Amino acid sequence: MWTLFRRDVILGFRSGGGFGLSLAFFLIVAMFVPFGVGPDTGVLGLIAPGILWIGALLSCLLSLDRIFQLDYEDGSLDLLATAPLPLEGLVAAKALAHWLVTGLPLTLAAPALGFLLSLPGPGYVWITLSLLVGTPALSFLGAFGAALTVGLKRGGLLLSLLVLPLYIPTLIFGAQSVVRKTEGLENTAAFAILAAITLLTVAITPFAAAAALRVNLK
Amino acid sequence: MRLEIKDLSCRRGDLLVLAGVNFSLNPGAALILRGPNGAGKTTLLRCLAGLDRPVSGSISMPDEASVYSGHQDGLKAQMSVAENLRFWARIFGQTDISAAIEAFDLAPLTDRLAANLSAGQKRRLGLARLVLTARPIWFLDEPTVSLDAENTARFSEIIRRHLATGGMAVMATHIDLGLPESQSLDISTFKPDPAAEANPFLDGEF
Repeated sequence: MWTLFRRDVILGFRSGGGFGLSLAFFLIVAMFVPFGVGPDTGVLGLIAPGILWIGALLSCLLSLDRIFQLDYEDGSLDLLATAPLPLEGLVAAKALAHWLVTGLPLTLAAPALGFLLSLPGPGYVWITLSLLVGTPALSFLGAFGAALTVGLKRGGLLLSLLVLPLYIPTLIFGAQSVVRKTEGLENTAAFAILAAITLLTVAITPFAAAAALRVNLK
Repeated sequence: MRLEIKDLSCRRGDLLVLAGVNFSLNPGAALILRGPNGAGKTTLLRCLAGLDRPVSGSISMPDEASVYSGHQDGLKAQMSVAENLRFWARIFGQTDISAAIEAFDLAPLTDRLAANLSAGQKRRLGLARLVLTARPIWFLDEPTVSLDAENTARFSEIIRRHLATGGMAVMATHIDLGLPESQSLDISTFKPDPAAEANPFLDGEF
C-alpha cells in the first residue's frame, strides 16, 4: 500500500499529474471573483468562505477521474487487481495520494487566496482547519465515484453528477464552520459534523469503491 | 502444486464465450492456447487470473501463486525503467530487480523514462515484471507481440528456465516458442451451446 501511495504521489507531482491543474484552477476561481463581484471588501469578506470552499471542491472534482482512469488505460489496474494487495487497500492508498496532491496544496493555498478576497480575521485559521479536515472526504468520495465510472470512456460528466450530491454535506458544514466564526458565532457543531463526515467517508468508501472496481474490471 | 481447471465457463461482458473447459497442468509444463481471433483466449486467461469471475466450474491452484500479463504492460510513462520495475517488485513483496533487468537485457535502459521506449522495449519491460514477481504460475496473453526475433528467442529461453525450475505457464500465442513439455489446447472446441446461453437474472447476479 505504501509503495502504491508513494508511486501515485510521485506521478501526481511529475508532468501530467493532477497537482498543478487543481492548484491553478483554484487560483483562477479565487482570483476571478473580485473581478466579477466588484472590489467592495465588505461583500467579498462575506462571500469569501463560500467561494474558497466551492473553489476547492471544483478543483478537487477536476482531477478525480485520474484516480483510476490512467491506471485503467495503461493496464496497471488489471495488474494491481491481481497483485497481493487488497482492492480496499488500493482504493485507500490512491485516495490518500489524491488528497496529498490536490487537497493538501489547496488547503495551504487557501489563506493566501483568502487575503485576496479580504477574508475577515478569524477566517484564516478556520478556512485552513476546515479545508484540512474536509478535503479528505472530497478525495475519498471522489475515489468512490471514480471507481464507479472507471470503465467508461470520457465518463467525466457522469462522475461529476454522481459525486456532486455527495459533496454537498461537506460543502455546507465546511463553509459554515468558517462563516460562523467570521460572524462571531460558535462553530463547534458545524466543525464536529464536518470531521464526522470525513471520518465516516474514509471508513466506508474504500469498501464501496473496491466493490465497484470488482464489477467494472470485468 | 498443480493447476487444475474443471468444467469452467467464462463470460465476456454479457456474452458466454467458453463452456466446459477442462485441463490440468503439472509443475514444469506449459499450455499453449490456440484458436482464431475471438475464440476466447483472452477471456480464459483473465478468468484464470481472477479478473473475471467464472460463470461455473472451478479453478484450483495455490493462493497467490499466479501472475498475469495482458495486452498492456501497465507501465508509467513518467517513470524510468528502474522505477517501474522497483514499483512492481515492491508490490509483490520483492526487493531485487537485477535478475529481471539482466534477463531482458534492460541494463542500458534503466534510467530512461518509459515514455521514450520503443514498443518492443516496453514489452520487454512489461515481461520483466513476470520474472521479478517470483510467482510460479504465469498467465500470458500474446507475450511476444512487438518483440523482434532476438528478443523472442530470449523470452523463450526465459520461459524454459522458468519451467525448468518448476514453474508453469498458460499462454495465448500464435508463434512456436519451441518449448519442451508444452501441450496445446484448441480453445474453439469449447464453444457454448447457444441454447444454454446464461440468463443473468436466473444465475443469481441480481
